[in-house]
Amino acid sequence: MTTYLRRRLWQSLLVLFGVSVVVFLILHLTGDPAALLLPPDATAEDIAKFRTAMGFDDPVAVQYLRFLKGAVRGDFGESLRHGEPAMGLVLERLPATFELAGAGLLIALGLAIPAGIVSAVRRNTSVDYVSTVVALLGQAMPTFWLGIMLILVFSVRLNWLPSSGRGGLEHLILPAITLGLFTTARITRLTRSGMLEVLGQDYVRTARAKGVAEPPVVWKHALKNASIPIVTIVGIELGTLLGGSVITETIFAWPGVGRLSVQAIFNRDYPVVQSAVFLLASTFVIVNFLVDVVYTYLDPRIRFR
Amino acid sequence: MAALPPSTVATEAVPLRAAPRRLAEREWVSLLRRLVRRRTALFGAIVVLGVLLAAALAPLVAPFDPLEQDIGQRLKEPGWQDAQGRVHALGTDHLGRDILSRIVFGARIALVVGLAAVLISGLLGMLIGLLAGYFGGRVDDFLMRLADIQLAFPFILLAIAVIGVLGPSLRNIIIVIGVSSWVVYARVVRGEVLSIREREYVQAAIALGSQHWRVLRHHVLPNTFTPWLVVATLDMARVIVIESALSFLGLGVQPPTPTWGGMLADGRVYLSTAWWLATFPGLAILITVLGINLFGDGLRDTLDPRLKV
Repeated sequence: MTTYLRRRLWQSLLVLFGVSVVVFLILHLTGDPAALLLPPDATAEDIAKFRTAMGFDDPVAVQYLRFLKGAVRGDFGESLRHGEPAMGLVLERLPATFELAGAGLLIALGLAIPAGIVSAVRRNTSVDYVSTVVALLGQAMPTFWLGIMLILVFSVRLNWLPSSGRGGLEHLILPAITLGLFTTARITRLTRSGMLEVLGQDYVRTARAKGVAEPPVVWKHALKNASIPIVTIVGIELGTLLGGSVITETIFAWPGVGRLSVQAIFNRDYPVVQSAVFLLASTFVIVNFLVDVVYTYLDPRIRFR
Repeated sequence: MAALPPSTVATEAVPLRAAPRRLAEREWVSLLRRLVRRRTALFGAIVVLGVLLAAALAPLVAPFDPLEQDIGQRLKEPGWQDAQGRVHALGTDHLGRDILSRIVFGARIALVVGLAAVLISGLLGMLIGLLAGYFGGRVDDFLMRLADIQLAFPFILLAIAVIGVLGPSLRNIIIVIGVSSWVVYARVVRGEVLSIREREYVQAAIALGSQHWRVLRHHVLPNTFTPWLVVATLDMARVIVIESALSFLGLGVQPPTPTWGGMLADGRVYLSTAWWLATFPGLAILITVLGINLFGDGLRDTLDPRLKV
């Protein structure tokens, strides 16, 4: 492992530690976690008893250490509603969320990279304008509205695709498009500007001057070098996708972590909320570390930093 | 010391202060002129101005009281005329309230949350960026790790968790969005400060014995303002979408106060019978956000084309 990667690994662990602090603090925001965890009709006496039983009277640092000890083993307490380990409930839903986020990312990359390249190569043509306008609209469109409009057209009016639930491919199409559109728009604009920058470089001109055909110039000389910022943003966009899954899953009744957390918040089931926030944040940190690993292969200069 | 150009030292003197300020004014005029020449930016500016005006003058602009219910006139389609001949241009909702009026009043919440949250996160990010860039070393390391921690959280999930605990109210929404959106500002300002710190006039001020806060305030801060403004403009669009997403989930400003997200959530139930309920509030968000983005893009291209935000 290079020094660079070792440093990044250390930083990632530090970030995970910070994530655990924030997740711990969610429960302590109002100052009285006991009142938060009990039903609203609990008496003051009940609350006091519960507080002592749960150790909420201990110093905050002691409580945090106890929380951390559980957290590293994946123990965030039991769901207040289902009486099962909270993390288990969240892990059960994780594959559904990964499936949706993965499909969203696939759509984004499949559409955005070709669109961005064509836009850059055929700059200022009608193809470029159309893709730019679509990208602008895609960035301005709220996820939940897009989802509802897709349901209106493809489920209610045309009756082509199901509007809710998880099942075969036909269930995945609408939610994946909804989730992926914003990312598609972002990556299209990034690919376009990245390609434009690279296409203006000296080595591209040299390649053209020595008679290399246009397709290899675009795909080999230019795209390879424009791909570095794209790889970075894929890592960052994963955060957008995981966060966006909260909304998308709610609209399409997709049985994933996002929908579970929204339900848990309304049920005041905070152990589940904490587990979900911790799990998604950790996923983001780990994926971004892996992106850095990929990075060192794409750009050998980084290894020597 | 001898190598310093005399003007670097002279800017500290009081009588010369007025000169650069007049120059800045002329710069603003030329900036505006260049901005207007970009047609998309002008379009964005007009949209933003329109939304601002509609929100400010909502009681005058809106044809109906946004809270006035009329069960006899419920779920009427766009263009519907009631018995008194009054037209509901965008139709009525499930309680017979005028949708256009509710959208106009909804702009108030969107803009108030947008402006207030951007101000909080902008100031916070500016401060953190200044400290990280100027002092570097451990301070920088610590603050940038803090940024990584902030970024690790799926924003919406953290926001709904915190608002779920604190309870939904205008104040809580502004604070939660404001406090957790500082990272972009901090990163951009830090990047600027890293290069400003090495400039001769800053080094000269330090050499002359100026205190850190003075150097930061007089020499560094003014030069980070332009990129900050671009980030703030574009971030406003993001905040408006987040506010409406929170309202959509039922964690925004509570009914009956009209919010775009809340209207959308209501309309979702009537999707198969009354499409206009969910369609128009979404269009309002789309147009507002698009306008802000186009204006912000234009601002960036005019002020600081190399800025990557």
